[in-house]
Amino acid sequence: MPATDIPQAVVRLERLSKRFGAVTAVDDVSFTLAAGTTVALLGGNGAGKTTTISILLGLLLPTAGTVEVLGEDMLRHRHRVLHRINFSSPYVEMPKRLTPLENLTVYGHLYGVPNVRRRIEALAEELMLTPFLKRATGTLSAGQRSRVALAKALVNEPELLLLDELTASLDPDTADWVRSFLERYRARTGATVLLASHNMAEVERLAGDVLMMRAGRIVDRGAPSDLIARYGRRSLEEVFLDIARAASEEAAE
Amino acid sequence: MTMARARTAPAAFSARRVGAMVLRYFYLLRGSWPRVAELIYWPTMQVILWGFITQFFMTHSTWLAQAGGVLIAGVLLWDVLFRSQLGVAVSFLEEVWARNVGQLFVTPLQPYELMLSLACMSLLRTLIGTLPAALLAIPLYAFSIFTLGLPLLAFFVVLVIFGWSMGLAVSGCIMRYGLGAESLAWLAIFALAPLAGIYYPIATLPHWLQPVAWALPMSYVFEGMRAIMIQHLFRGDLILEGLALDALYLILGAATFLGFFRIARRRGLLLQMGE
Repeated sequence: MPATDIPQAVVRLERLSKRFGAVTAVDDVSFTLAAGTTVALLGGNGAGKTTTISILLGLLLPTAGTVEVLGEDMLRHRHRVLHRINFSSPYVEMPKRLTPLENLTVYGHLYGVPNVRRRIEALAEELMLTPFLKRATGTLSAGQRSRVALAKALVNEPELLLLDELTASLDPDTADWVRSFLERYRARTGATVLLASHNMAEVERLAGDVLMMRAGRIVDRGAPSDLIARYGRRSLEEVFLDIARAASEEAAE
Repeated sequence: MTMARARTAPAAFSARRVGAMVLRYFYLLRGSWPRVAELIYWPTMQVILWGFITQFFMTHSTWLAQAGGVLIAGVLLWDVLFRSQLGVAVSFLEEVWARNVGQLFVTPLQPYELMLSLACMSLLRTLIGTLPAALLAIPLYAFSIFTLGLPLLAFFVVLVIFGWSMGLAVSGCIMRYGLGAESLAWLAIFALAPLAGIYYPIATLPHWLQPVAWALPMSYVFEGMRAIMIQHLFRGDLILEGLALDALYLILGAATFLGFFRIARRRGLLLQMGE
């Protein structure tokens, strides 16, 4: 497909549901992500964010609904687009006994990156990995490991980047550096980013659009400033608390 | 810097992706000498033990006196099967222990490419494990399994393929049931050992059990091995029957792996898999 044929909607979910027995993790969710946007998926624990991202990645099969990514049906033809997507999550790790260089080499080949060595050199320079590129990944600090994980997430220069809890467990300085890097990456490549986070300041800084999830459903959507105005609050965190507490009240009733 | 993007869909099968996974397991072995030592240790100990048992029985058993190496050959060939099965299952377990399964399956890696890479790694691990033991038997007990000649290659192929089948089925169970099924990697194959006729002819088994033994590819290998060593007769028919059963079990093993992979995707097990 030529570059000019990139579909306007990079992600299109329609009437997506996922049930685990009696539990409905995602309930009739529909949304689209336009090319080049950064969208945050917000919600409390168990709201359905990770389940939605897992379905988008093809790791999880939905009970109902359709998933289209970069113009392909993810349920039938995921292998056609997986080389254009990547993700990072604290729930999965890089093999600890391999060095970052070895890990990135393996993933570079898996993603079919044309010149893996050159790509790793570039990423190592951009993400300042060079001093520990040949140390076992398991011996690195949390900040160093998160940079390696980010390098893996960018090794194929993805058009769609799914980030689950990007800066969880990072100190404020490292987290700020990672956010800045991500902003630069998005500006340079025009990638679409879907970000699941509990850090409202991070969301306000990075995302132009927010999807609020509660009990498996999208309950609101808008730019951070619009949501703050609509709920009559001073910050996105207050909006988040309003929505999360409404869920608790609903459950109590 | 902007990387030239490959817009075309990747091939449904890619030798490069298989190679990447083999490279990943090679890095793991290269970086851990205890892993390599462990691969060699058990087959070597087995050969030493069975070598002495053979020497003892050579003077106390007329049957064994006909072919002194039959027990050592049995133990070496059994280890080919065991290492082959373990090579697949442990390589897969390495991904589970590393919580890497989710990462792998969001790349373009296909399940059958992973299976193929596990098979390649199993072959490498089997050779690393059993070759030193086979070579050690030559100076220690004046027995070379290589004197079996070309049939040895046929025995090796039948055993390795059955090991892959078992390893894939075990890996599928681990994918479905998690690390609770981990011990299957070491135990499953031993459930079949009494039926395989490693150290005794299948005719030794009770009549009702013999059809079960003949449903296993390795039984044909051990009978074939004894035919060569005792009767000096190469039984090509046994090899062909073993290979035919191998094809069946390989299909079953791969189907088990793919079936459990699909269940894991439906239940959301891939992302959670790990310690």
